[in-house]
Amino acid sequence: MEKVLMKGNEAIAEAAINAGCRFFFGYPITPQTEVAAYMAKKMPKIGGTYLQAESEIAAINMVIGASAAGARVLTSSSSPGISLKSEGLSYLAGCDLPAVIVNIQRGGPGLGGIQPSQADYFLATRSSGHGDFHMIVLAPNNIQEIVDVTQKAFDLADKYRMCVMILGDGILGQMMEPAIIDASGNTGAAQKPWALTGTGGKRKKNIVNSLYLQPEELEEKNFARYEKYKEIAENEAMCEEYKTDDADIILVSYGATSRICKNAITMARAEGIKAGLLRPITLWPFPKKSLMARADGAKAFISVEMSMGQMIEDVKLAIECKKPVALCSRTGGIVHSPEDILAKIKAVNGGDFS
Amino acid sequence: MSIVFEKPKALSENIFHYCPGCTHGIIHRLIAEVLDELDITGKTVGVAPVGCSVLAYNYFECDMIQAAHGRAPAVATGVKRVNPDNIVFTYQGDGDLAAIGTAETVHSASRGENITVIFVNNAIYGMTGGQMAPTTLPGQITQTSPYGRDIKQAGYPIRVCEMLATLDGTAYAERVSVDNVKNIRAAKKAVKKAFTNQVEGKGFSIVEVISTCPTNWGLSPEESLNWLRENMLPYYPLGVYKDKGSESEAQNG
Amino acid sequence: MAEGKNILIAGFGGQGILFTGKFIVYTGMLTGGEVSWLPSYGPEMRGGTANCSVIISDTPIGSPIVEKPDILVVMNRPSFDKYENSCVIGAKLFVDSTLIERKTQRDDLEAFYIPATGLADENNLNGLANMVMAGKVLRETNICPYETIAEAMKKTVPERKKNLFDANIRAIELGWNY
Repeated sequence: MEKVLMKGNEAIAEAAINAGCRFFFGYPITPQTEVAAYMAKKMPKIGGTYLQAESEIAAINMVIGASAAGARVLTSSSSPGISLKSEGLSYLAGCDLPAVIVNIQRGGPGLGGIQPSQADYFLATRSSGHGDFHMIVLAPNNIQEIVDVTQKAFDLADKYRMCVMILGDGILGQMMEPAIIDASGNTGAAQKPWALTGTGGKRKKNIVNSLYLQPEELEEKNFARYEKYKEIAENEAMCEEYKTDDADIILVSYGATSRICKNAITMARAEGIKAGLLRPITLWPFPKKSLMARADGAKAFISVEMSMGQMIEDVKLAIECKKPVALCSRTGGIVHSPEDILAKIKAVNGGDFS
Repeated sequence: MSIVFEKPKALSENIFHYCPGCTHGIIHRLIAEVLDELDITGKTVGVAPVGCSVLAYNYFECDMIQAAHGRAPAVATGVKRVNPDNIVFTYQGDGDLAAIGTAETVHSASRGENITVIFVNNAIYGMTGGQMAPTTLPGQITQTSPYGRDIKQAGYPIRVCEMLATLDGTAYAERVSVDNVKNIRAAKKAVKKAFTNQVEGKGFSIVEVISTCPTNWGLSPEESLNWLRENMLPYYPLGVYKDKGSESEAQNG
Repeated sequence: MAEGKNILIAGFGGQGILFTGKFIVYTGMLTGGEVSWLPSYGPEMRGGTANCSVIISDTPIGSPIVEKPDILVVMNRPSFDKYENSCVIGAKLFVDSTLIERKTQRDDLEAFYIPATGLADENNLNGLANMVMAGKVLRETNICPYETIAEAMKKTVPERKKNLFDANIRAIELGWNY
């Protein structure tokens, strides 16, 4: 198949269409606007629906309706817009509805900036909304992987009846790389007997609901959901390992930042420091086992993130604090230079874990 | 003996949780009768709000979804866009539709979304125990307007039908009441028209039902009906505010 | 494809900076290299400065950001001032000398001064100075063989702007032959 050059944002949109998504509800925000623009152009030509909602809140609730009606549905936004979607993410979880949410992160808090950021790590993996729940969080780092995880996002969402967030950043959204887009993927024709399509007088009514006034009943629901999460944690964690076999210092990094780590690793190795990278592709579930497997061999870990120390908590938990974990942070829209990371590698190699 | 009165098939066996004298029961029944008469229960999807009628999903025999507070029209939009042949309605109170969900209401109307909205206006927040609503009348005492709604401080009530009638996307907006038999019959007619419009693809239709809340108004059911007539109907005149394709457009009743 | 090429193209918004980058990316891609393209984005794009990082490499690309270009293309003075010192030693520098009067202050760069805007205007190719620059870049850098140019242009020019294809090719040739 032919490789095509695509922006990350466009690749998400095209891959979603190939995954059978025919409904997109969104609201414009930089730096993800190309997703919406692509959908607005393409959907009417393939019998799909692009609808520009009056707000992110309305958009996510349209997603709820479309998902409840049985469709594969996508919305996308960037950090401030995702805050607004939080309510809907919680309802999607409470109603056990599948949906795919894209967050092309920008600097925060508040209106923040429009340059790349990874400061929504906690939002994505910890506190996406009120109540006990998780989303599966996929964090690609190149355009081909964006295409692949977008297909996977829809499949996982349907399989587990839950939200999947694709967590990108301004660099991934805006950059172009060649990718092969496979139009023969799963388009989600699977039966959804719970969907609201009308009883047709042939079955009992379906109810999609997140209200359980009896605490025992609600606890039972949450227990069951967490059993499902356990299964997901067991089976769905993904990561890439790069030069970790002999590494003394293992960088842990995702998304665009992980690409810059590779430059820094090349530079470090040229100076005789054995550095490697463990790149989580799923942020929830976090690839704990893979990290733990490296805890004995490595001397130290560095969490390299465009945020002020969010993922580092998961790194420490994953290796049960067996080895020092240092933090290499840039934030506010500033992207690490390879030199930033190299300097941290050298410091850690010299025993400075601050 | 012949049956002269029975429960509509579109209503479930569940017993309403509504307070004595509350008019939600009447309005539920009117919707169910219309679903029966139009024979559309099997293709209808209802959207329940947050508010007293949050449990509406237990009472109708069609597919139901419970929406976040104020978001019912957005959820309905999603459902309808996926399956345009389904009949989709929302059932919302005044806080849900005219406060927290104003944007969703206005924009689903302005898009001309082909859905039916049943709007129950009783000028108070019922489920949370009687706080001021966007439709609470000037001077009306509630838990959060203990000295009466002060328009200098809290502003004015919203007249939803009048507001939505200004939007090109609204196909039909009528205000009705269920305080007496004549008005209940008129309300039924309006509800039926709002559903029929959707069947015929005419677009956004809303029926605002002036309703009572004896519990939170602190009145008996009968006193409540009188209070409704004396206070609410002058502020919220009944009538058709918008009916695309009809000459009665914008005429008040 | 012997070595990696880290290309930074910078100028005013509206000069076709991003388009130039896209075209060069295609030439690299069609020649079998790994490629990436990253634009500056945001309000600065509206009338302000625009720049774009292009990497062509024979190994997988890490960071898509070009901070130390070995090929720098500048089409306005502010960009020249800003990026001149970020070039690696021995980098190739391409300056639109119609718009930028000064020469480089560094003696460790290989500089090419092309009156691209002037050449484009003289040849009835207004607005295609960027492609004149691209032609010169391709001539001096061995990113791709000459034959690849037309194919890359076909991929770069959107279907609805097909009529611009010939003009673009003519502009590239002007630069190539300058």
